[in-house]
Amino acid sequence: MEGIWKKKDLLSLYDLSPEEITYILDTAEEFKKVSQRKVKKVPALRGKTVVNLFVEPSTRTRMSFELAEQRLSADIINISAETSSLKKGETLLDTAKNIEALQVDLIVIRHSAPRAPNFLAKRLKAGILNAGDGSHSHPTQALLDIFTIREKKGKIKGLNVSIVGDILHSRVARSNIWGLLKLGANVTIAGPSTLVPREFTQIGVRVCDNLRDALEGADVINLLRIQHERQQASYFPSISEYTNIFGLNKESMRYVKPDALIMHPGPINRGVELDSSIADGPQSVILEQVTNGLAIRMAALFLVAGCLKGRDTSQ
Amino acid sequence: MTEKSSYILTGARVVDPSRGIDEIMDIGIENGKIANPSEVKGSEKIDLSGLVLAPGFIDMHVHLRQPGNTASETIRTGTMAAAAGGFTAVVAMPNTNPPADNAGSIEYIRRQSVLEAVVKVHPCGSMTKGQQGQEMSGIGTLKRAGVVAISDDGKCIQNHEIMLHVVEYSKSFNIPILDHCEDDILASHGVMHEGYWSTLLGMKGISPASEELMIARDIILARMVEWKIHIQHLSSRNSVELIRNARKEGIMVTAEVTPHHIALTDENIKHFDTNYKMNPPLRSEEDRKALIKGLKDGTITVIASDHAPHTETEKLVEFDYAPFGIIGLETSVPVCFTELYHSGDLSLSELISKYTIGPARVLGLDSGTLEEGKDADITILDIDIEHNIDASNFYSKSRNTPFDGLKVKGKAVATIVNGKFVFNTLMG
Repeated sequence: MEGIWKKKDLLSLYDLSPEEITYILDTAEEFKKVSQRKVKKVPALRGKTVVNLFVEPSTRTRMSFELAEQRLSADIINISAETSSLKKGETLLDTAKNIEALQVDLIVIRHSAPRAPNFLAKRLKAGILNAGDGSHSHPTQALLDIFTIREKKGKIKGLNVSIVGDILHSRVARSNIWGLLKLGANVTIAGPSTLVPREFTQIGVRVCDNLRDALEGADVINLLRIQHERQQASYFPSISEYTNIFGLNKESMRYVKPDALIMHPGPINRGVELDSSIADGPQSVILEQVTNGLAIRMAALFLVAGCLKGRDTSQ
Repeated sequence: MTEKSSYILTGARVVDPSRGIDEIMDIGIENGKIANPSEVKGSEKIDLSGLVLAPGFIDMHVHLRQPGNTASETIRTGTMAAAAGGFTAVVAMPNTNPPADNAGSIEYIRRQSVLEAVVKVHPCGSMTKGQQGQEMSGIGTLKRAGVVAISDDGKCIQNHEIMLHVVEYSKSFNIPILDHCEDDILASHGVMHEGYWSTLLGMKGISPASEELMIARDIILARMVEWKIHIQHLSSRNSVELIRNARKEGIMVTAEVTPHHIALTDENIKHFDTNYKMNPPLRSEEDRKALIKGLKDGTITVIASDHAPHTETEKLVEFDYAPFGIIGLETSVPVCFTELYHSGDLSLSELISKYTIGPARVLGLDSGTLEEGKDADITILDIDIEHNIDASNFYSKSRNTPFDGLKVKGKAVATIVNGKFVFNTLMG
């Protein structure tokens, strides 16, 4: 397995081969053990500097990345849009170049514009880790989802995975779809037809208009947070209609296999996309996803940092 | 040779679609006008053997950015780019800063053009004040000031009643309308074509319906008022179909297509280069093919570049934040001769008509033809020369093109305006 990872950036799962994805998962398994020790810190990134550039706000992803960096002994700087020069009209590229001029090794970026991380990766020597870019990609979230599935089911290939909710605006869905397809899972997406683009059938995804079809036979059900904010208001009638038709509740659980995993990237809307009892029930792995996220981010930071060689920081 | 007032162009393959001419013949020029070569006395002969000679090309969709954004283009640089691209005339869109919605602005553009322009600049006035889509501009006054058309290009009047009144009012002044068709709400926040690639890339799409709904509206108004509406930069297959059917019914609707919608598709967005970001967006391969078919069957009579200069600073940002638009004056001919003529889709005469008599008819210009007595506006082309597009050599002040480095076949080698060479790569 040595030397499979050769990328200085982690941008999207679309860019990765099945071997590369598997390699990150295997590496994360090792890092998961670290977090179970008494002393949870390793010196893997000692002397390296990581900047968390969160142009779009985030709580859980940012916390997870930060903790992963700390456990790897990296030096950390946090920048958020509200407190940065981006507010003063500096361009993203200039902000990033200024960060790089301080001999920063890695930049973890969250941005509302799709492919902003790719934009930086192309132009900077620093390694770029995408912590979510608009509706485009959220590779570490998908990796932690896949890691959790593999851990529970022992494999990915051949599993039936259904993703339910707002697929159109979801970077989590896009990343999961690519990762799962590459590893040989059967992927189904479901939700209000206005939020479930038909175009996904062209890459081999099954599209369902009704929840029951998506639930029956599924080994994994990944529920996405549904929002009914002003700009999305015209996609479906109301939260209560969504809950009635597409929510996972006691009634619709009848169609779910007893050994199916219930997943959610968080934050959950209890009683909207899923019932509280199910979120807290035996089939739910929602909190394990959070735990595994730490291992995945440690692995991603470690692998990307290992590919910065050839970069002369004295220049 | 550029100082001579009369000469004979000899040996070229003369293609003049306005009169169905495609043969090797001499063209005379005297006092800036096309003249019968046998009556041009004692004049110098310029040998153009192996080249194609056509009526001066017209690009009826150009943003010269002056006044207001001269960091990206000026009347001087824009018209030099036009000359180098083979164009003898351009129509200057009114979305300058301030917008050309009044006679003073038009007067300014005309005066600056006299001082600085190397090709003819036909100003276009805006349909509504400040291009806000709310109140009609002084269309009669604009006409008197010399506009050849009116347009709110870059924007589209959303209020159908205002649009109806613009159409009715323009008819009485014999001014053609050039309309950028887009439903603002359907297109809002969109950055690329809504389809397979926007779905995969997670980028906000612009539905083709946003264009098609407004084209349908315009067709209905053009039929009702019996007046001319020209649809700018057509992008979707259904748009082509709407216009095809309307024209069959005799409705006075015409349409243009850009070289980039002919040559590129939304798949290019995956490269994430903001030089592929334009409005309307690059659409699917099916749409691209339908646009070519529309050119072939005469549904689309005009090729126009929508030359939209932006500085590198403006374009070097996240895709979502980059402005729409690319430059096109210096790439239009090479790209379209490669994609439409050398591909076998259009005959030479068909293609040249889209640059000459096509736009001249839409605008009611007394040009686009080599008829004797007309202004000697002439484009000379080497249609078989292979070269790579090199943006670093452009006369345009901006470099925002997706075609840099592209291998192409054919280009303009000389451009004559009013009998004078304004661009010349020929010997002499």
